[in-house]
Amino acid sequence: MTEDIQLISLLLTPLVGMLLLALAGRWPNLREAITLITAVVLFSESIQLAVDVLGGARPGLTLIEMLPGLTLRLAVEPLGAVFSVISSGLWIISTLYSIGYMRGNKEKKQTRFFVCFAGAIFAAQGIALAGNMLTLFMFYEAMTLITYPLVTHHGTDHARNSARTYLGVLLGTSIAFLLSGLLATWVIAGTLDFRQGGILAGHLGATGTALLLVLYMFGIGKAALMPFHRWLPAAMVAPTPVSALLHAVAVVKAGVFTIVKVIVYIFGTDNLMSLGSADWVPVIAGFSILSASIVALRADNLKRRLAYSTVSQLSYVTLAATLLAPISIVGAVMHIAAHALGKITLFFAAGSIYTAAHKTEVSQLDGIGRRMPWTMVAFSIGALSMIGLPPAAGFVSKWYILSAAMSLEHWLAVGVLVLSTLLNAGYFLPIVWRAFFREPPSDADDHHDEPHAAHGEAPLLMVFAQTTTAAMTIGLFFYHEPVLRLARAVAGAF
Amino acid sequence: MLTQHFPALLVVVPLMAAPLIVFARRSLASWLIALLATAITFGIAASLLAQTMSEGTLVYAMGSWEAPLGIEYRIDAAGAFVAVIVAAMGLIVMPYSRVGIAAEVRSEEHYLYYALMMLCLAGLLGILVTGDAFNVFVFLEVSSLATYVLIAMGRDRRALVAAYQYLLMGTIGATLYVVGVGLLYLETGTLNLADMATRLVDVGDSRGVLAALAFITVGISLKIALFPLHLWLPNAYAYAPSPVSAFLAATATKVSIYVLMRYFFTIFGATEVFDARATGAILLGLSLAAMFIPAVVAIFQHDMKRLLAYSSVSQIGYITLGISLDSVEGLMASAMHLFNHALTKGGLFLVLGGVVLRCGGAGFDRLAGLGHTMPVAAFAMVVGGLSLIGVPGTAGFISKWYLVSAAMHDGQWWLVGAVLASSLLAVIYVWRFVEVAYFRAPPADHPAPGEAPLSMQLPALAMIAGCVYFGIDATWSSEVSMRVAEVLMYNPGVGQ
Repeated sequence: MTEDIQLISLLLTPLVGMLLLALAGRWPNLREAITLITAVVLFSESIQLAVDVLGGARPGLTLIEMLPGLTLRLAVEPLGAVFSVISSGLWIISTLYSIGYMRGNKEKKQTRFFVCFAGAIFAAQGIALAGNMLTLFMFYEAMTLITYPLVTHHGTDHARNSARTYLGVLLGTSIAFLLSGLLATWVIAGTLDFRQGGILAGHLGATGTALLLVLYMFGIGKAALMPFHRWLPAAMVAPTPVSALLHAVAVVKAGVFTIVKVIVYIFGTDNLMSLGSADWVPVIAGFSILSASIVALRADNLKRRLAYSTVSQLSYVTLAATLLAPISIVGAVMHIAAHALGKITLFFAAGSIYTAAHKTEVSQLDGIGRRMPWTMVAFSIGALSMIGLPPAAGFVSKWYILSAAMSLEHWLAVGVLVLSTLLNAGYFLPIVWRAFFREPPSDADDHHDEPHAAHGEAPLLMVFAQTTTAAMTIGLFFYHEPVLRLARAVAGAF
Repeated sequence: MLTQHFPALLVVVPLMAAPLIVFARRSLASWLIALLATAITFGIAASLLAQTMSEGTLVYAMGSWEAPLGIEYRIDAAGAFVAVIVAAMGLIVMPYSRVGIAAEVRSEEHYLYYALMMLCLAGLLGILVTGDAFNVFVFLEVSSLATYVLIAMGRDRRALVAAYQYLLMGTIGATLYVVGVGLLYLETGTLNLADMATRLVDVGDSRGVLAALAFITVGISLKIALFPLHLWLPNAYAYAPSPVSAFLAATATKVSIYVLMRYFFTIFGATEVFDARATGAILLGLSLAAMFIPAVVAIFQHDMKRLLAYSSVSQIGYITLGISLDSVEGLMASAMHLFNHALTKGGLFLVLGGVVLRCGGAGFDRLAGLGHTMPVAAFAMVVGGLSLIGVPGTAGFISKWYLVSAAMHDGQWWLVGAVLASSLLAVIYVWRFVEVAYFRAPPADHPAPGEAPLSMQLPALAMIAGCVYFGIDATWSSEVSMRVAEVLMYNPGVGQ
């Protein structure tokens, strides 16, 4: 009974938060207080859940019978606990950041913004806790729709057109591929539950499994596997807090989270391994990693560069999951956490630069580190994590993925990882170099920026937020024991 | 016992209400009579559904004249299910009409509107309950004639042309149907549907039966607005008064689909229709064309009513697709979508009616900025639109779920792709509305219309809420549609 309440409250908390936010729209201070309180309450519930799961509990709850024999169901397993904690925890920090950003930039329609934000977190919790594929799919689609008003926040033609791409790719792939995969699974296996070892084993031959896997891998558009990655750079038209929490953490992680879930609990790693039906995925994922990095290398717009970096990093998770070894699954789960922290830091920094200096292009960043030292130090830590260097969290996950690839003698994966590390260094280090070691442009060169010429750091809340996530990026490098234990439980072995 | 007369009362109550309304004359009085009559009718339909679900087919001899001498009323779960949809829609439209027609119909004609609605209701319900082939024709004409006049009541002068167009097409359809019935009468010597079904088995393969099948299929398809016989529908829906559009969209085509299912599965029998002839293949082809071509046409409309009308033609394709699969799963998906689409499209037209009242039209130039000027209505339209697309959590998703799994059960994997691809077209036409409502500035001459009056808003929102409710808890609708499919498939009218 208490377990039921625990699960339900994880969904109800953001939902109630949404309602209160909508009601409190007229009083900005009250509204922001509600967002913060909701986020803190949700996070504490989520931590409690993760602690229980670490202790071996696996609470489950059937919400409603949707169709005869098919229910909407919540069930927690370690991977869901990880995603729940990440999304709710980073929500607190990004709320602080959003308050600073939205006020600093005098954005319009702030109530709608905070309501939809809470809605996206609600969907993320639903995805994290989903007990079967149908429930997950419902929340997955809900997330696409609730984030649409966030992407179109500015209401300009550019926002509308980008949102078309966003919605078109995400809804298109999920309806055309994911839904048909889902239905095929239902018809073939007779269930959509997540089970250790998968539900498809023994029901489908190698070719059939491979075809079904195609539907899932490309149907989960949120994982941005090429060629269905276009929505992510398009989504960068949104205000930066949206890019930070949703398009570096909640939405994209929902994608790779679903991929890991499907590989582990629908197909089953052993089943895929013995059929050999997943052999093609690492090739596509590797291609995604490298080509997205090359695009990032050439992008001058900072957020666009970060977006392509995300496309590339997401495919790390897909690659790791489809290597199918227990240790690579651990790497995939670790990378979900590590990339979330690193990338949110990078986006926070990009937003701070925009708010304080109104700069959006990499080429404008010469010498900015002197004026915004906190921001650029945080940025550098995030960059280290992306490259995968100690002492940043990205190193840990990359270590696991790389050692899995080595022990499997999967040389393609090894090569991709090594090359990608170089490419990552190639597009992040120049920014750090520019910021700290190039002379700032003389005032005569940029008349249009004159009002901001004397800018300093971003508002305090924003600096605080990015410093916190940067510290956590380093913290996870030294203390990742709980995540590791949960990840091992997902992998099922050792 | 009164309940045993329910099959007759289902028709008699609205039929008698019509002349009463004409006597009453006054707008308020006629509204009250109509409201009472629809409420009673809905109660009867609901109780008939409960009865047929538990007891099977109900047979009622009109005036105690037993068939085949007298006219027999015969209703089973399939007929009762559609009757509940029709009666429920009538009950929802009535409270809505009071304000809904005020702006669109002249006040001295209000009583005619209510009387005709009652006749239309009686006709549609009569089709569902009668067990006589010729009686089907009579009720078809009763409902159609009422419909023509109702459409002509529209404020726009083009409503007259639309009504005339429908009159021509509808009459051709009804004529073809009655020719088909005549041929069947020649072959079997009976007009009683149950009798006809048994005797057709003995007649065997004959040109007369084939011709009858062709006449009836084409005739009814005209009334269904099955592509490419849909040309009357967009204008009729677009220019009729708003409550009429909503009522027709949810009921008229659905009842005709029921008739088609009846003839295919109960009278001619699935073997005759699908195995011996190419009917299945033809229906499949037309359904696919319906799913795609009108959906593309819908994308290019500049008027929301017309957009929804073309969307209806497209969605009808889903229903006939389920029929063409010739399986219990397919029929169930059809029955399911019949219900879900009535709910969705009825709800959308009701919401749109309120919008038209406030904004003075359904053209996109009038709807611009609706998200700011009428936020509740705009949001309701979006939710209804999501149900058209088939987003999970809405009724449309359940339909799609069953339709796609029916295709999979049948091994027709390519149909899966077709159904899902067609719903992507729905995304596009629904999103045209979203962009108009949320990304355009409201028209300068009409900056703040305000939400529709409550008497219109509540019924509309109730139906939109229904879209969500039946999308999350579809156990009732699946159970009933399953029964409907079984009744149609395995229970060919006889031997009960």
